[in-house]
Amino acid sequence: MDFFDRFAIPNPSPVIYASMVAIGLTVLAIIAGLTHFKKWGYLWREWLTTVDHKRIGVMYLISALLMLFRGGVDAVMLRAQLATPDAKLLDAQHYNEIFSTHGVVMILFMAMPFIIALFNFVVPLQIGARDVAFPRLNALSFWLFFMGAMLFNISFVLGGSPDAGWTSYFPLAGNQFSESVGTNYYMIAIQIAGIGTLMTGVNFMTTILKMRAPGMKLMKMPMFTWSALVANLIIVFAFPVLTVALAMGTMDRLFGTHFFSTDAGGLDMLWANLFWVWGHPEVYILILPAFGIYSEIISTFAKRNLYGYKSMVWSMVVIAGYSFLVWAHHFFTMGQGALTNSIFSITTMAIAVPTGVKIFNWLFTLWRGKIQMTVPMLYSILFIPLFTIGGVTGVMLAMSAADYQYHNTMFLVAHFHNVIIPGVVFAMLAGLTYYWPKMFGFMLNEKIGKWTAWLLSIGFVLAFFPMYITGLDGQARRMYTYSASTGFGPWNMAAFIGALIMAVGFALIVYNIYYSVRYASRDIGSDPWDARTLEWATHTPVPEYNFAITPQIDSIEPFWDAKKNGQELFKGKFEKIHMPNSSGMPFIMGCIFFAWGFSFVFSIWIPLIITTIGIFVCLALRSFEVDHGHYITVDEIEETETKLRGAN
Amino acid sequence: MRLKWSILAVVFTVITVLSGCDRLLVLDPKGPQAKTQAHDIIATIWIMAFIVLVVFALLVYMLVKYRASKVGSDYEPPHIEGSKLIEGICIGVPIIIVTILSIMSVRSNYAVEATPKGYENQKPLVVYASSSDWKWHFSYPEQNIETVNYLYIPTDRPIDFKLYSYGPITSFWIPQLGGQKYAMSDMVTTLHLAADKPGEYMGRNANFSGKGTAENTFDVNAMSKGDFDKWVKEVKVTAKPLTEKKFDQLLKPGHVGRSTYNGTHLKFSPPPAMQHGGGGDGSGSVDHKDMNKADHKNMSDHDMKNMKMDDSNK
Repeated sequence: MDFFDRFAIPNPSPVIYASMVAIGLTVLAIIAGLTHFKKWGYLWREWLTTVDHKRIGVMYLISALLMLFRGGVDAVMLRAQLATPDAKLLDAQHYNEIFSTHGVVMILFMAMPFIIALFNFVVPLQIGARDVAFPRLNALSFWLFFMGAMLFNISFVLGGSPDAGWTSYFPLAGNQFSESVGTNYYMIAIQIAGIGTLMTGVNFMTTILKMRAPGMKLMKMPMFTWSALVANLIIVFAFPVLTVALAMGTMDRLFGTHFFSTDAGGLDMLWANLFWVWGHPEVYILILPAFGIYSEIISTFAKRNLYGYKSMVWSMVVIAGYSFLVWAHHFFTMGQGALTNSIFSITTMAIAVPTGVKIFNWLFTLWRGKIQMTVPMLYSILFIPLFTIGGVTGVMLAMSAADYQYHNTMFLVAHFHNVIIPGVVFAMLAGLTYYWPKMFGFMLNEKIGKWTAWLLSIGFVLAFFPMYITGLDGQARRMYTYSASTGFGPWNMAAFIGALIMAVGFALIVYNIYYSVRYASRDIGSDPWDARTLEWATHTPVPEYNFAITPQIDSIEPFWDAKKNGQELFKGKFEKIHMPNSSGMPFIMGCIFFAWGFSFVFSIWIPLIITTIGIFVCLALRSFEVDHGHYITVDEIEETETKLRGAN
Repeated sequence: MRLKWSILAVVFTVITVLSGCDRLLVLDPKGPQAKTQAHDIIATIWIMAFIVLVVFALLVYMLVKYRASKVGSDYEPPHIEGSKLIEGICIGVPIIIVTILSIMSVRSNYAVEATPKGYENQKPLVVYASSSDWKWHFSYPEQNIETVNYLYIPTDRPIDFKLYSYGPITSFWIPQLGGQKYAMSDMVTTLHLAADKPGEYMGRNANFSGKGTAENTFDVNAMSKGDFDKWVKEVKVTAKPLTEKKFDQLLKPGHVGRSTYNGTHLKFSPPPAMQHGGGGDGSGSVDHKDMNKADHKNMSDHDMKNMKMDDSNK
């Protein structure tokens, strides 16, 4: 029985037991459903083994939405506990576990897959490619991310959740102060997902640099593709730091090293530095693609070309550079002295300049435009003022002397939610709505969509603006309770109500999907938004090969010019198309990685050794495998094209 | 449109509340460092409010003027590449603002990292503030006394807090006297504060350090030099000596109430050798045997009963 003790929850509660039952029943229901409807074969052939960037994009999207709800439930529980002084809803330990998982899930398992979903679906279409550069690696990226996310998510029913915050600072995260396996989950699940993300970075950089349609010079790329290129460049530079830091943390926890644990000469500050050397660029990995999405949407619905294309590109490149030079602003209060703080204070504030350029360029894109207030545009228009407030509070935080007062308070919490929610989350929801018709062949309901956007915005303001005030009044973050005499009560109650309003907004997204699946028109053509870039030039649904004929590009907005000036995008005739074969290997490797991670978390060494060998066997098999892909014949292309043209 | 204005209204309310409401702890400074910080905060709020206003005004103008319903159905938006002049302004003005803020920031950095202004001529009172799960120990080497979870300080004398931790990273914070700084187990950091006015202030650990963080608070009482000396004398007479055994007991994870001792723990449990700003050999060679013994499960009921929940002294 000793062996099984390790899987017990250290701090059980009825909610956790209920979750266990719910998870068990859901898994059973899924298995039963797949068996009953005889969908196992379909699932395997069309999804689990696919290397098609569009399907991988959709799988990322579904995962991101699932994680959004997991992280959202966490958030509502946190706000409910803080809604009244001295509340007893959660105890300190549960509160700590929930805010730790909320942070990790939202950043790494919600925001990251959401942007990668859009990279996957949109980038190859925007540059006129047939797929990404390494389609099978792309599938492996997805399965590693997915298994990492699943491994992290079972922590609360098996062995205990991480409880040292999403930043997992040592020595708190060391064995001495975090005794459950929670932090092992953190180290290993993020490691697995992180390797997937790193490969995504390599893959998309190669795709964008090498696979653009003829004529699409770098300075003719659509803005979202530019943002994807820059973000993936940051991934390639930043994620190895995370990989190393997590490996060192794992060794500290499992193999008795002392990189970060201070009781034997380790340096706790080393973790903080490594974490933020990755962590700060990470927020730009999230926000730059969001900027890219907004650029596409604002230009499309202002019916105008993007104002200041060149300065938009350069500002992203400059932001990417700066993103590596500001990490110490996350710990101005660590005592590194006035000189160091001054340098990091100035570099941090300097980021406001290129960011400001982008805000003004979006505003000037609206200038002399013809603004259509669709749902994606509504999100973008709400983003501008809300994000500006988040941005300027960031400049306030960059004043390092004043930061001694903001640090570790709700002011900081308000700030980063103020940039991430209107910045990243709104962009993802706008992108979701914008690309939905291309993905699924029907549009999401506009009326429900507008309700959602407004509810999320109002809920957001109500939930987070009070935190600016309580922060300045001395409410520290990550505290599970406070006394009535502090006067924080009413502000936190407002925040809780705001969180509930946001929850209604998110629920409406689900309802909108349901409603639109049932009632939306399927007769929408391939370009329902009257858009400007290449992804709208192909059919809906997009055929496997994306474009029957590779387009010829000679402007930033080739599709718009083709529509308005009659330029010919697709010259020549059909030729056979080379496509990659599906493969079960990425999924199988993902499963082995899951077992590997699970054995690692619980220090079960023999399965760990076997799975490690398994991973290398998969790598070896792949390197000896002969797979030249397959060709789609001209006849098949003609058949598909005729059918799709008829559909439109 | 109506909703947009209501957002605007909310923003203005927030700004007004922030700038007008001096009851907010951070904006109600009682010492020179907190004053510097409050001044920076208020100044940046105004500058930032101006920027937000410009963006809002431009946005509203664009939305009002260029809505599809306003411009007419046959209007065809022009192709505009961009303008060197406009983009130059969009880069130039922020650079000017950032430069001004940078100068402010650097000056304040050197101010808060030095003996508080107006107190330069006096020898600072050195207080070692060390945290353990989840309490604060204040050692007064000059007076040779030690307190737990409360801090008496004289007004009108600079105080150098030497911060370190017997465990996770914590952050020593008395909002009304000045911003926080980390206390870590492998080095000593210094926070320069001073109190202008007598009064009771809230102090706390602001950095998450495990399940007792929320209650990891302490009371600060700033008093005149005479009162402070009187208190020290009284402690000398009434307090029990701090033995190594007693201190080990105090270090055990949990919450305890206030207590006062003759002598400090600095002799038998010295602070880490490494000092901020160099000088350390990097080994952090402190005896942490006490820490290793610490067991989270030992948090006794007795300790819990003494838990201090009131973290406010407003």
